[in-house]
Amino acid sequence: MEFVFTEEQQMMAEMAQGFLADRCTTADLRKLTDSGDTFDADRWAGLVDLGLLGALVPESAGGLGLGRADVIQIATACGAALLPEPLVDVMGVVLPALNDLGQDALVADVLKGAAHVALVHPDAQLVQDAPRGTHILVMTPEAVTLAGAEEVTLTAQPSIDPARALSSVSMDGGAIIAQDAEAFAQVARSGAAGALFAAAQLLGIAQKAIDISVAFACERQQFGKPIGSYQAIKHHLASAQVAVEFARPVLHAAAAPAATAARIAHAKIACGRAADLATRSAVQVHGGMGYTQETDVHLYLKRALALRRIWGSETDHRNRYAARLETSAFGPDTLFAKEA
Amino acid sequence: MDLTYSEQEIAFRAEVRAWMAEHVPEEPLPSFDASREGFDAHRAWEAVLNEGRWGMVTWPEEFGGRGLDLIRWLIFEEEYYAARAPLRVNQNGIFLLGPTLMEFGTEAQKARFLPKMATGEEIWAQAWSEPQAGSDLAAVRAKAVRDGDDYVLSGHKIWSSRAVYADWAFGLFRTDPESERHRGLSLILFDLNSPGVVRQPIHQINGEHGFAELILEDVRVPAENIVGAEGQGWKICMATAGFERGLMLRSPARYQVAAGALARLAHSRGDALDPVLRARVADAAMNAEAYALSIYATASRLEAGGKIGAEASTNKIFWSEMDIALHETALDILGDRAELLPDAPGAQDAGTWLDGYLFALAGPIYAGTNEIQRNIIAERMLGLPRG
Ligand SMILES: Cc1cc2nc3c(=O)[nH]c(=O)nc-3n(C[C@H](O)[C@H](O)[C@H](O)COP(=O)(O)OP(=O)(O)OC[C@H]3O[C@@H](n4cnc5c(N)ncnc54)[C@H](O)[C@@H]3O)c2cc1C
Repeated sequence: MEFVFTEEQQMMAEMAQGFLADRCTTADLRKLTDSGDTFDADRWAGLVDLGLLGALVPESAGGLGLGRADVIQIATACGAALLPEPLVDVMGVVLPALNDLGQDALVADVLKGAAHVALVHPDAQLVQDAPRGTHILVMTPEAVTLAGAEEVTLTAQPSIDPARALSSVSMDGGAIIAQDAEAFAQVARSGAAGALFAAAQLLGIAQKAIDISVAFACERQQFGKPIGSYQAIKHHLASAQVAVEFARPVLHAAAAPAATAARIAHAKIACGRAADLATRSAVQVHGGMGYTQETDVHLYLKRALALRRIWGSETDHRNRYAARLETSAFGPDTLFAKEA
Repeated sequence: MDLTYSEQEIAFRAEVRAWMAEHVPEEPLPSFDASREGFDAHRAWEAVLNEGRWGMVTWPEEFGGRGLDLIRWLIFEEEYYAARAPLRVNQNGIFLLGPTLMEFGTEAQKARFLPKMATGEEIWAQAWSEPQAGSDLAAVRAKAVRDGDDYVLSGHKIWSSRAVYADWAFGLFRTDPESERHRGLSLILFDLNSPGVVRQPIHQINGEHGFAELILEDVRVPAENIVGAEGQGWKICMATAGFERGLMLRSPARYQVAAGALARLAHSRGDALDPVLRARVADAAMNAEAYALSIYATASRLEAGGKIGAEASTNKIFWSEMDIALHETALDILGDRAELLPDAPGAQDAGTWLDGYLFALAGPIYAGTNEIQRNIIAERMLGLPRG
């Protein structure tokens, strides 16, 4: 039992954090979205070069052969940086699914940056960046279908988050690549991965929202003192930090091999609540400025609003957790139980 | 990162489980806060525990422990609570003063006090708070005046848990009469049976006398009973408070066992359970797991050479608030039976939910109120300016 990241895991996370600090500031993000775009091709190429896309793909298929625990902190960093490009979904959900489904050639193309696959899943029906997609992968519990871009009709669904270019998808063709039990299992696997990595991003957003609020509260003066010296402000931010502290270990445990679906559900709920509390506290702490688009607060609030509901809402996940609680033993010795 | 138990850890769990199955009393002991009889029954249990060398598993062997790491401590606690073994009457000693002495005590103090602490032969109370010094502990007025080889203690301590029946206390006293606030304070150990100590039981919200007022009038203690140097009391007490909030005082298993019992209580209502209550039961279980996972992560970090700082305050807030929510949910499931005392024929689970709820209400107050903990988090973890 060792509940700490290894040095290698820590180094990988720092490498990604360094890249994002350089290449994905909120100023970069504003420039991109002001120009009406949500995808920076140069930055994406940089991420492809780092090899991060294929982190979870086995080495034999051209990836790094890592596990979720190796990359969970990278996903958190992407959340904190509000990275608009879909690294987390591609790395965490899409490529592992294509690999599971034996789509080796397509995996290789995505890893090179030559193909882009957008995913439609029962827990994530609106897809990001679909117009850039060369392929669309559509999962239902009955069938998994792979379609070329020309075989689908996309309808743009503008989001409050300026960096999310969403579309709904209707299929006009495509090939079924898995069915019945196999499709059902894939939906569950990909749903769990989607929830886990959305949770990771939410945790990053939560901490970032606290950090920018602390910085603001140290600067902004009212009644002749920094507002951060007032206890009401302190307690808002301290409560948000408590929520973060007790979401983080759940997230990290949910990234372990054989973590239960209930643990992942818990992580999604806990990180979602932490992000909700932190971003709303950030609005309050910033006062009138918190209600504008001039500070970054709204960017975190809007991303959290979206991620908290995509890949399963709190209600969905709580029902999953409750169902397990009602059907399995619960006690101190079940804390690290594995998925059967 | 490896979230699986090693074979040795699994074997250790089995060893604890087997021992507990054989030794834990079948009937729960009477409360240690309600009568001398209950107190003595718990003291006797501590002796039994110590015979199995389970008194304090992380302590070095020379002081009655097993020298085990924190992960094994967690496993021990899990089996202890799962077996519904008695609450630890000497928690102020073993969880607070023990670690403090190991860090700041002299060799002679360690040899004198730790082994008897581990066996339960000497049960400890903490005597810090005063009527005018609660959250503002630095306002302590009780004084210790050096007189030859002794200190002479006088003053008024309050809210001292277990002090009605305990043997010894560790108290915070002003050794420098000219000093103010945090300076000039010292931590001194004194025998509660010394002449000049008057203990007044205080009845708590649940009717038990779980804490006492201590009136000290010219109580003589040998000068060697000071822990650390004169004037170091504040620094040492803050370290003790760190142990209290950090890891030891509330081990996660307590809440995991309670959440499991809550899930069973909910289950016994079958389909009649309201969906909102179902959600709250799930929340209680999730919170218990979140707390446990956080403590495992902290334990691993400490084993790897890390330190625990102001984040101890986040633990204290989290467990105390979760404990109230968990018990409140149980009371809501019980409905109009919630108010029944244990001996009422209609009481469920022998009234333990009501008892647990009342006890939980103290959580946000003792060990530093949650308001104070939020101040600490804001100022020391987040770096917000002092008010
Ligand atoms: C069950 C129980 C067991 C205890 N056991 C012990 C023991 O064994 N030994 C011991 O020494 N003490 C013990 N205590 C005492 C405990 O530590 C104090 O009660 C606690 O520190 C609060 O002090 P107080 O009671 O004087 O309340 P006060 O300090 O008067 O606080 C009253 C209220 O004001 C708030 N408040 C005070 N200052 C501030 C501030 N700066 N900012 C915001 N809010 C503030 C508090 O949070 C609280 O809500 C125990 C208490 C309880 C309830």
